Amino acid sequence: MRLLALAIGAAGLLLWPWAAPRYFVFLASLIVVNAIVAIGLNLLSGYTNQLSFGHAGFLAVGAYTAAIVATRSPGVPVVVALLAAALVTAAVGLLLGVPCLRLEGLYLAMATLAFGFVVVEAILNLDGLTRGNDGLRVPAARLGPWVLATDTARYYLVLAVGAVMVWAAGNLARTRTGRALLALRESEVAAQASGIHVARYKTLAFAISALYTGVAGGLFAFVVGFLSPDAFDVFLSVDFVAMIILGGLGSVPGSVAGAAVLTVLNDSLAGFQNYRPLIFGAILIASMLFMPGGIASAVRRLRTRWAGHPPMAPGSRRGLE
Amino acid sequence: MRMPATLAVEDLAVSYGKRRAVEGVSLTVGRGEIVALLGANGSGKSTTLRTISGLVRPAQGRVLYEGRDITREPADRIVAAGVGHVPEGRDVFVEFTVLENLLVGGHTVPRRDLAARLEDAFELFPVLRERRRQLAGTLSGGEQQMLAIARALVARPRLLLLDEPSLGLAPMLSREIFRTIQRINATGVAVLLVEQNARRALRLASRGYVLETGRVVVAGTSQELGEDPRVRAAYLGLAAHAGARRGGLGV
Repeated sequence: MRLLALAIGAAGLLLWPWAAPRYFVFLASLIVVNAIVAIGLNLLSGYTNQLSFGHAGFLAVGAYTAAIVATRSPGVPVVVALLAAALVTAAVGLLLGVPCLRLEGLYLAMATLAFGFVVVEAILNLDGLTRGNDGLRVPAARLGPWVLATDTARYYLVLAVGAVMVWAAGNLARTRTGRALLALRESEVAAQASGIHVARYKTLAFAISALYTGVAGGLFAFVVGFLSPDAFDVFLSVDFVAMIILGGLGSVPGSVAGAAVLTVLNDSLAGFQNYRPLIFGAILIASMLFMPGGIASAVRRLRTRWAGHPPMAPGSRRGLE
Repeated sequence: MRMPATLAVEDLAVSYGKRRAVEGVSLTVGRGEIVALLGANGSGKSTTLRTISGLVRPAQGRVLYEGRDITREPADRIVAAGVGHVPEGRDVFVEFTVLENLLVGGHTVPRRDLAARLEDAFELFPVLRERRRQLAGTLSGGEQQMLAIARALVARPRLLLLDEPSLGLAPMLSREIFRTIQRINATGVAVLLVEQNARRALRLASRGYVLETGRVVVAGTSQELGEDPRVRAAYLGLAAHAGARRGGLGV
């Protein structure tokens, strides 16, 4: 039953470019990119309760790294560019994570917010590398003999990378590191008493989260084809936070769902830019009021209701997602 | 040469901000010994345990584990060195399964040893084996306490710090917990036991300390403590008089 649903979903995703108009193929790529960011942000906020309003900054670091690598060394495989984006962004995440260790709640939000501004300023000032306000044209992604020049080709690239990232995030909970992160969220005292080094794992969460966002940034660069600093403003960071709150904190499927809903919504509201914050705000408030735990827990509740057994039946295996 | 005690706490003082929680506490736990730490709420028992396991930093004093100074060591090193801490309030990871809880307990254990350690835990607590795929939040209070203890045992400690293991449990279950502590101790694990139930704790322990507002006010063998009129009045509910009820020992 589950396998069947998975197979139908996979087939749908693979056949999408043949069923949908070109623009919607592009939109689907954006959804996957945002989903990767949302998963990354969720690893930080959902797993270790560190809310970040600076993930647009990480996205920018990843995007510019991939773009610069692809520009400076023409013909470099896209995998190398993405890897560079991942590593550079993870390193930046580590650097930001250490001073953020002592901060919580509002102060952490402010520090990460400031980080987002710093990144935009850095892009503007390093114009030798980033072309500043003029923007940076990103060469087409290359993979061996292929040049990924169409929306469809880029969609498949994004989809393949996205699948790997989703799979890795889903499996993180089954690793020692993932369990340690989740244990910290559940009870810091009990986690510490079990020998989990709080500071080390909180910093690691920052690095992993940044790594995800860096990969997404690299993909974003190739999908959009043109980078300029104003694409990475603070509102984008807020959008990412909205995605994980709507989707469900700590849930990988929830991250994907939240990213999909808000990306489509964002796109359909493109003509009403002035009302966008109003509508987004209303959705956020409504989802926190009526759907605490986001889409993920709402689906879970519906499912248990349909299945007709109590929410936490003995022997049920919700455990870690 | 005399072997150093499993645990020696010397002149420990701990503050939370301006408030002194522990004020010059000294105590020892010998090899394979069970020692009870008694006292009213807020007398500094939990803080003492937390300081020993590195969750809280002391303002002064030393903690020696098997003769080695661990006062400034991070908590993960202290766990790896062999000090297990079962925090108060059955602090299990409720969203984790039983098995996942135990795996977290094995965080500091080399991967190749983990399976054997889990097997040991299941042997000691067969009910946990039955329920290993169940969420810890769905366990009964007694089972959660067993899980919390089992989780600490996975790291194979030589000293176990137990914080109010019988709190909120039905008498039958708390008896079972105490029997379990005895069994664990029989394998050579030294135990420092914080308990509200002084009578039962003293029956299990060879020695005990009574804390009041962060200081040790009485210390001695379990028998001495059991016969001490002040202890009897304040903690054993015998010959209770109004003053003792209100203000503890009033020392």
